[in-house]
Amino acid sequence: MEKRKTVMDAPGIERCLKRMALEILERNQGADGLALIGIRTRGVHLARRLRENLENIEKRSVPLGILDITLYRDDLIGGRAKPQLGKTDIPFSLEEKKVVLVDDVLFTGRTIRSAMDALIDFGRPRLIQLAVLIDRGHRELPIRADFVGLDLPSSLWEAVAVYLTEKDGYDEVVIEEFAGQEG
Amino acid sequence: MEILGRKDILDMKDLSVEEINLILDTADSFLEVSTREIKKVPTLRGKTIINLFVEASTRTRTSFEIAGKRLSADTINISGSSSSIIKGETLVDTAKNLEAMNPDVIVIRHSSAGAPHMIARTVKSSVINAGDGANEHPTQALLDLMTIREKRGRIAGLKVVIAGDILNSRVARSNIYGLARMGAEVHLAGPATMIPREMERMGVKIHHRFAPAIEGADVIMMLRIQMERQEKSSFPSLREYATHFGLNRGNIGLAKEDVLIMHPGPTNRGVEISPEVADGPYSVILDQVTNGVAVRMALLYLLTGK
Repeated sequence: MEKRKTVMDAPGIERCLKRMALEILERNQGADGLALIGIRTRGVHLARRLRENLENIEKRSVPLGILDITLYRDDLIGGRAKPQLGKTDIPFSLEEKKVVLVDDVLFTGRTIRSAMDALIDFGRPRLIQLAVLIDRGHRELPIRADFVGLDLPSSLWEAVAVYLTEKDGYDEVVIEEFAGQEG
Repeated sequence: MEILGRKDILDMKDLSVEEINLILDTADSFLEVSTREIKKVPTLRGKTIINLFVEASTRTRTSFEIAGKRLSADTINISGSSSSIIKGETLVDTAKNLEAMNPDVIVIRHSSAGAPHMIARTVKSSVINAGDGANEHPTQALLDLMTIREKRGRIAGLKVVIAGDILNSRVARSNIYGLARMGAEVHLAGPATMIPREMERMGVKIHHRFAPAIEGADVIMMLRIQMERQEKSSFPSLREYATHFGLNRGNIGLAKEDVLIMHPGPTNRGVEISPEVADGPYSVILDQVTNGVAVRMALLYLLTGK
């Protein structure tokens, strides 16, 4: 008996990303020195959409990189099963960049910790900010997001899932009782 | 989550298509780490890897050492001449003593076929075969498969020629198993004294003349004439060998226009391969070396854990 509730539909996600793009530009006083880093895999799709919004508003290009955090995880030593390793691709220098990390769901904060460790190995950005579509709470590390699409207080018995057209064929954010896909 | 459902990597003969694809996909992702300014990730922090090279090696040992170090593992190298093996200790005793120091992975190269298998049965650590006598050299075959897949986008259906001293070559044996499993059409070329007859049973086509072998080839893998393993010469002279089985500007045109030229190294320039071909545009010899580090990182990553 699975309860499933839609918390955001396709137009909702679209409006969210537009607003977040404006907030990013407001906070950073334009797109100067800005770079987006999407965390695989849904964070990458969201980063691409954010970039489109940023570029439409500012009429200039914003660099975008892809980060796989697997090699920096703190739970790798546990067993023989390994998460599938994806490609990292950051085709520009991070030195002195204002980096906006993008992910779909902020939960324990451990992914973001791994991502920051990974980024620092690529150089010394001027600053790192965090943009997430959903903040579902339950942090286990002192990490917070700078730009949030939707604050969604959830219980640990629920799963928050973000579905994106690029990967799943449709746009939707749902909250499900009992475990399903998680950010 | 992905699982490589085995403790050791000993032979290509044993690896399934799924396992090979998992290893190659993982290696593809590891390539990027070696292009960074800081070529190191913290993944295997606190893990210990022992490279036990009883038989000499530069390329493979360095490749394993770099792979381990880029993953932040502690790597220790033991070579035959500096170990207690020359003091008369048996291989199993050496392995048991190393095991007592709790390494996570033992990488072994040995001149006797089956030595890594014997150690793998003795110790709890993962064992990777880095070449055992004339038996197998699985990590070389994996890096070759990775290079072919990278350059051609597939392995299945390609005509791959392995030419030279097949008899003494563990690289050839591992590649025959790996290529056949991945669906390539494997051809062997060399003097009759250098290709064991029973290899026909491995599903390959044998040629004793070079030209028909390389005609229309997608990939040509040249092997080194292993002087150290020739008991008595299998051919009259190096010059004669070069004339009949050497790859050069004159005969390379028989292969496909975009043929890949591979060599596991070290090359004997002017014998099995002419310098223009080894350094030419079709040569992927140095890509093989680069991919070797990524393949070994992938194996260390996939094998370590409880």
